[in-house]
Amino acid sequence: MTENEDVTEIRRAVRALCEEFPGEYWRAKDRARDYPAEFVDALTKAGFLAALIPEEFGGSGLKLDAAAVIMEEIQASGCNGGAAHAQMYIMNTLLRYGSDAQKAEYLPRIASGELRLQAFGVSEPASGTDTLSLRTVAVRDGDDYIVNGQKIWTSRAEHSDLMLLLARTTPPEEAASKTEGLSIFLVDMREARDAGGMSIKPIRTMMNHSTTEVFFDAMRIPASSLIGEEGKGFRYILSGMNAERILIAAECVGDAKWFIEKAAAYAKDRTVFARPIGQNQGVQFPIARCYAQMRAAELMVHHAAAAYDQGGNAGEEANMAKLLASEASWAAADMCVQTFGGFGFAEEYDVERKFREARLYTVAPISTNLILSYLAEHVLGLPRSY
Amino acid sequence: MKILVPVKRVIDYNVKPRVKADGSGVDLANVKMSMNPFDEIAVEEAIRIKEAGKADEIIAVSVGPAKAQETLRTALAMGADRAILVETDDTVEPLAVAKILKAIADEEQPGLIMLGKQAIDDDSNQTGQMLAALMGRPQGTFANTVEIDGGSVIVKREIDGGLETVKLTMPAIVTTDLRLNEPRYASLPNIMKAKKKQLDVKSPADFGVDTAPRLTTTNVSEPPVRQAGEKVADVDAMVAKLKALGIA
Repeated sequence: MTENEDVTEIRRAVRALCEEFPGEYWRAKDRARDYPAEFVDALTKAGFLAALIPEEFGGSGLKLDAAAVIMEEIQASGCNGGAAHAQMYIMNTLLRYGSDAQKAEYLPRIASGELRLQAFGVSEPASGTDTLSLRTVAVRDGDDYIVNGQKIWTSRAEHSDLMLLLARTTPPEEAASKTEGLSIFLVDMREARDAGGMSIKPIRTMMNHSTTEVFFDAMRIPASSLIGEEGKGFRYILSGMNAERILIAAECVGDAKWFIEKAAAYAKDRTVFARPIGQNQGVQFPIARCYAQMRAAELMVHHAAAAYDQGGNAGEEANMAKLLASEASWAAADMCVQTFGGFGFAEEYDVERKFREARLYTVAPISTNLILSYLAEHVLGLPRSY
Repeated sequence: MKILVPVKRVIDYNVKPRVKADGSGVDLANVKMSMNPFDEIAVEEAIRIKEAGKADEIIAVSVGPAKAQETLRTALAMGADRAILVETDDTVEPLAVAKILKAIADEEQPGLIMLGKQAIDDDSNQTGQMLAALMGRPQGTFANTVEIDGGSVIVKREIDGGLETVKLTMPAIVTTDLRLNEPRYASLPNIMKAKKKQLDVKSPADFGVDTAPRLTTTNVSEPPVRQAGEKVADVDAMVAKLKALGIA
């Protein structure tokens, strides 16, 4: 059986699962700003969120390219993987840098759905993309670390049992280099909340993304929750960020496919002046252009996933995939609203909801400008601009 | 007990079929294909019977082109144990399919053969009945519920005006109706396991079956486009109109 046939079967199965969560489901969740727990449970039970977990720990041992197909198909079906995608990309940091003991303790329970690993604590109010200036600190105290500080835009924190947390363990002036001194912890959020060291405050946003602020007040966590070596956290998290960008790029391709399919179907069906509006070049050309843009982005996403799976530094490919795919999905979103005209604003067509959701990805998890800076500086050798 | 489940690769139920310009058939180029939905119900029912401990092995069978392997993989991912593809690129009519299935049943000796009542492409609704006749075994068609009872199978059939219950001595042939169950979707671990399951490829000749069509298709056309209606001002105008049309 070829890789290609695998992917076809995965796509089919994801589609079949997603059919049980139609537009009405997502509209109700969106209206109530409610977490789509049933959808996430179904994905977990069917094993899709454990795709990257090795078989010996209860997962399917697939590579990032297969995970990308899963995320793409969720979006192309009109569902929203944003409620669960973090489990896929956070997992990679644990897989690549976690100790055998940590993997054995957590991976099987994550694979079975007993534990949810959905929260990634990186951004802070005073540090976004300049991660190195983050202020949350973890200080060693005997067999524990004590954490103080604050995170923001920590999505799904209220719906996660575990959090991957980035905190400073060595003050910048004492660190061996600029990129050292940060460490990664796998935090048991249930314990931390019960003990009062962690509190979570939801942030209402334009779309239903369950994002929050998280506060750490002398939160005590065992030293065994440290992932890899102390001080090397920034390096560990970079590869996780590449995985995140590739998976989110795949979601954008899925979104673009959804918008294009919706727009083409509507343009064929909707009759104005006694003919389908799709017969007008002014309507059909933007759809065709979006299709070409989406296909180009799709190729880049597969290329980036393959580069990541080969194990090297896929920074260039991952960043370009995210750039091109997020722009393709946003162009398709805009085109879809234009094609639908007034109906594009009516909730029951789902276009306005997907439009709001699609807007996120030229901003998060990294904004387009920072990707351009990366390409200019690290690929083209231009002077650093910031 | 073994259960044999024949599955057919058909045009996806979500696709709006288009007739070829020359009227020779439906255009299948670049069209999404899937497992016939009634066959999916049959696979699901077989899996439920096995899960209830009343069957040991489920064998999925398809007669069709090499691509039908995908359909069989879907059945394997849902939970069938192994699969047989009888590969042919020719059009195979229900009688030929029934003959091939009989030959496979003679080899495998299943206690139950569970088929979709019809395929959604040609809507023939013949294969199960022809198979029962060729094998000389009882049939329970249009199953609404299926219950294994020792050496028998009790089938509640959907008939005009209600449900009819029949008890068949196994081996028996059951064809599934829409309301029998809701098929599951395959889980990722089962998709991965399905890759390792056995899938044998045979040809109609291996079973000595001549698949040459007995029927000739003379023309396939789109259903007529529905004509626009007409608005009338009031009830009197309506009655007059109906009278003019000879309806009232």
